[in-house]
Amino acid sequence: MSNYAKTFSSSLGKKLIMSLTGLFLCIFLVVHLIGNLQLFKDDGGQAFNAYSYFMTHFPPIKIVSYILYISIIVHAVYALILTTGNRKARPVGYAYYKGEANSPWTSRNMGILGTIILIFLVVHMSNFWAQYHWGDLPHARYEVSLTNPQDVVVTPIPFDGSEIAHADYVDAQAGKQVLIAKDLYKIVTESFSQWWYVLLYVISMAALSFHLIHGFRSAFQTLGWDNSKYIPLIRFLGVWVFGVLIPLAFAAMPIYIFLFR
Amino acid sequence: MNLTLKVWRQKNTEDKGKLVTYPASDISPDMSFLEMLDVVNEGLIKKNEDPIHFDHDCREGICGMCSLHINGRPHGPKQGITTCQLHMRSFKDGETIVIEPWRAAAFPVIKDLATNREAFERIQQAGGFISVNTGGVPDANEIPIPKVIADEAFNSATCIQCGACVAACKNASAMLFVSAKVSQLALLPQGQPERYRRVQAMVAQMDAEGFGNCTNTGACEAECPKEISISNIARMNRDYLNAKLFKDEY
Amino acid sequence: MKLDSKIPEGPLAEKWPKHKFNLKLVNPANKRKYTVIVVGTGLAGASAAASLAELGYNVKSFCFQDSPRRAHSIAAQGGINAAKNYQNDGDSVYRLFYDTIKGGDYRAREANVYRLADVSVNIIDQCVAQGVPFAREYGGLLDNRSFGGAQVSRTFYARGQTGQQLLLGAYSALSRQIGLGTVKQYNRHEMMDIVTIDGEAKGIITRDLISGKIESHAGHAVLLCTGGYGNVFYLSTNAMGCNVTAAWKAHKRGAYFGNPCFTQIHPTCIPVSGDHQSKLTLMSESLRNDGRVWAPKTVELAQKLRKGEIKVTDLKESDRDYFLERKYPAFGNLVPRDVASRNAKEMVDEGRGVGASGVAVFLDFADAISRLGEDAVRAKYGNLFDMYYQITDEDPYKQPMRIYPAVHYTMGGLWVDYNLQTTVKGLYCLGEANFSDHGANRLGASALMQGLADGYFVIPYTVGDYLATIGPKPVDASHPAFAETKRQVEERIQKLLSLKGTRTVDDFHRDLGHIMWEYCGMARTEEGLIKAKGLIRELRENFWKDAIVPGGNNEMNQSLEKAARVADFLELGELMVDDALNRKESCGGHFRVESQTEEGEALRDDVNFSYVAAWEYRGDNMPEELHKEELVFENVKLTQRSYK
Repeated sequence: MSNYAKTFSSSLGKKLIMSLTGLFLCIFLVVHLIGNLQLFKDDGGQAFNAYSYFMTHFPPIKIVSYILYISIIVHAVYALILTTGNRKARPVGYAYYKGEANSPWTSRNMGILGTIILIFLVVHMSNFWAQYHWGDLPHARYEVSLTNPQDVVVTPIPFDGSEIAHADYVDAQAGKQVLIAKDLYKIVTESFSQWWYVLLYVISMAALSFHLIHGFRSAFQTLGWDNSKYIPLIRFLGVWVFGVLIPLAFAAMPIYIFLFR
Repeated sequence: MNLTLKVWRQKNTEDKGKLVTYPASDISPDMSFLEMLDVVNEGLIKKNEDPIHFDHDCREGICGMCSLHINGRPHGPKQGITTCQLHMRSFKDGETIVIEPWRAAAFPVIKDLATNREAFERIQQAGGFISVNTGGVPDANEIPIPKVIADEAFNSATCIQCGACVAACKNASAMLFVSAKVSQLALLPQGQPERYRRVQAMVAQMDAEGFGNCTNTGACEAECPKEISISNIARMNRDYLNAKLFKDEY
Repeated sequence: MKLDSKIPEGPLAEKWPKHKFNLKLVNPANKRKYTVIVVGTGLAGASAAASLAELGYNVKSFCFQDSPRRAHSIAAQGGINAAKNYQNDGDSVYRLFYDTIKGGDYRAREANVYRLADVSVNIIDQCVAQGVPFAREYGGLLDNRSFGGAQVSRTFYARGQTGQQLLLGAYSALSRQIGLGTVKQYNRHEMMDIVTIDGEAKGIITRDLISGKIESHAGHAVLLCTGGYGNVFYLSTNAMGCNVTAAWKAHKRGAYFGNPCFTQIHPTCIPVSGDHQSKLTLMSESLRNDGRVWAPKTVELAQKLRKGEIKVTDLKESDRDYFLERKYPAFGNLVPRDVASRNAKEMVDEGRGVGASGVAVFLDFADAISRLGEDAVRAKYGNLFDMYYQITDEDPYKQPMRIYPAVHYTMGGLWVDYNLQTTVKGLYCLGEANFSDHGANRLGASALMQGLADGYFVIPYTVGDYLATIGPKPVDASHPAFAETKRQVEERIQKLLSLKGTRTVDDFHRDLGHIMWEYCGMARTEEGLIKAKGLIRELRENFWKDAIVPGGNNEMNQSLEKAARVADFLELGELMVDDALNRKESCGGHFRVESQTEEGEALRDDVNFSYVAAWEYRGDNMPEELHKEELVFENVKLTQRSYK
């Protein structure tokens, strides 16, 4: 076996893969969140739809997105491999095992939490990501006045089977900026008008929260980045930013849309 | 005190084993947990029954031989002590106590509550040493070691090799044990020449023994009778990855 | 047989270097043709096994625990002495030698003790090179502390677990050799007997404690590093598994037993709390630096305390008798171990003992706490106070500790010559198991020093001399002597397993302990010893009639293990009593009530007893024969100890 094959088949190597993919997914969450904040804009989805187009068509981001898909798959597959190994390491269990006495609940249930998140991802991506790429999406035409950006005219273009090209141009004569884009915003707001869908999101974000409260800090431990000087910062980020702020902001989107749109 | 014990009985490694209930009567709160078992065993012997087998030796918390999983926790309900230092006043009169052996594929049960921890021996033999022969070493004061480093190495060196970390871990991982051994020598100047060779050899042996993978739950640290910190695990991870990915010569 | 201690000629300091030069060597290519058997993996055994394997010999190492690291050396708390003179306080090899001889009440060999002091400095170097984390100063250099019986600071330590750290060092060296294949390690194996061929040790018979298999192991030499026999008292600070079996079997095969009655009783242990007690826990001697030992002034007050009618904190200063300070104004609470122990016993015998059982005195820190503050006391003794609290459920910050002496160490052991060879050729004995270096009383922090000196720096030279003499002829276990010894072992096991009486082995062991403690403990009288001899015989006979040993041989059987050990203790006990009877003087840990000064202190009799008593086994139920090795003091002047 080559050095790398040996390294990554060792227990510590497998853990390294978990921590690196996990941290990458954490970074993605930040980017994803910032983009999705466009949903809160009251512009009929113009900014959000423009952002969606940018994210799916800008080449560097496209490359990163493939890394992202691979990360998700690798993170899940390695979790499965590690868990199987862990099961084998204790073939006969305890009749009485008091895990709550020595470790936080989240740390002992990363598999369950991860599975919830994975199921959520499948639902989430098939509804939005797959729809966006291959679904029959309506379009929307946005005409923004160049002199007064508040003056926006939105014209929905329902799907009728015909190809509609994405367009983003300035109509100097009319004094307007014109955007014709796939209307993902509509799909999103329609989805979030169903209470059970909102509930699914909220539960999944709770799972994400618990997953990250343990996971973010844990990734640094696995990498060996443990030092009394910066570990308090990592703990803070893990709990308050990744464990609370980010999942809360994500959960706020469906709730906001359900309540106010 | 009167107690009900549910004790794991297993004739040998091949036997399936089961929990058997025994009464423990007239127990003094001043008894240690093992002395309570002694009393129960004397009762069994008088009936010419096989007593409950369990490992123990020094009975003062340092040899690391005793190894009982008591009411769901290695070394019982109190923190920072071994089973032999646990006293019956930590239990309530009338309580039911479940006593099981360490559970791990790498620690097969020998009989009843005694398990085979030779896996730890082999990990030690793979690299838990500094290769110096007797004689021909420099004067002890020729190597100054900062007090903080010496103290930190000492903290790692307090490991008594009991296996509670493995027993506590939901994955039966031996990372705390191995990392404590790796850390002690990685911290000290004397351990530097073999630092990267050692960590690779010991981790490889640990994996070969069939221990589980660390998921950083911290259960090992919480249950360790010597309260060894999981920062040792981080240190070992760092050294291992460093050795594997960046150290050309190892 | 005449005892030959083989002490080299010449001035004290030149004996060992000269002797080393005169010892024969085995050439490197021949070393691998020899097999050396090492029984026991404590400091002496692990260091010997590792060092011999490093030299190139094949080593077979045995321990009854599940890992070599669990040998009872692990439990030593205080430290290890070495004449490094790092503190510039006037220490030297000669001073360490002198303190050890004097501390041992002039009943040890000068040459051995000098060698011990001489190699002590190498031990520290070796341990540091192995990564033993000794305590250090801020400047990065090694720290020392002072210990009983010395006026210099020469004790190296690793918090309260020096024994564990030193053993881990030796264990790591041993593990390295096991990994390299030069040592074959047998864990959970108990040595059942020695095999001798034409009077020379050629192997051992062991029992695999998991499968019960009786195995023969052949070797060119056998090293016994099997520790002390303090468990003959049932309650001691020894580990539960500590036993005399290996040494006793060797004794019955021709090895003389030296000074068996010399036992050390440590003054500061946590008292017995009831009949269920299985072992005693030591509280470090360092506590006497700040603690004051006292008992209630009158029997009435003590009775009231025991019944709980008054509390200890109710006792006024005038109701307390600080008996050590009163009797020994010069040394106060810091008198040597034997003196402190005997005085505590006196208090209890007078009826002034405290605690529910009345078998304890107080060790009080109230003064230290008011003088230094609770935090300072916590910093110094926190872990000991916690340990005390854990065991007794009493808070020593709020009320005085209860302490009482307990058996701690045995200075006696197999008689060995200067080469550590017993009276059986090819059979060596190292560490606490031999009688050699501590005389009648061991100083604190010297046991670790002796174990490692024997294993690292003495045996690698001396055993080579013997091996070179016998030549590298292969040995194997096919000789009829192995089959015969094995048969005897199996017979004894069957005999033990056939015992289906009414009393447990522990029960007999407890009774033996009571007899030994009562009559052969801190104070011994002729009358009591004669009585004890009869009681032990009676107990031994009853054991072989009325004990119960459940289970069979072909399985893990802890009852059988225990029975085999206790059977040997029942024989050893009688020899200890015989030795104590023979030695009509008081010296060190051996206090004969008939031999005391007018003030009630131990009185040595150098004219009649300045010898090592080496006992030869003559057959079951036959009196053992006493051989005397006269002790010659060329360098130190014998004086009566006084601590007034």
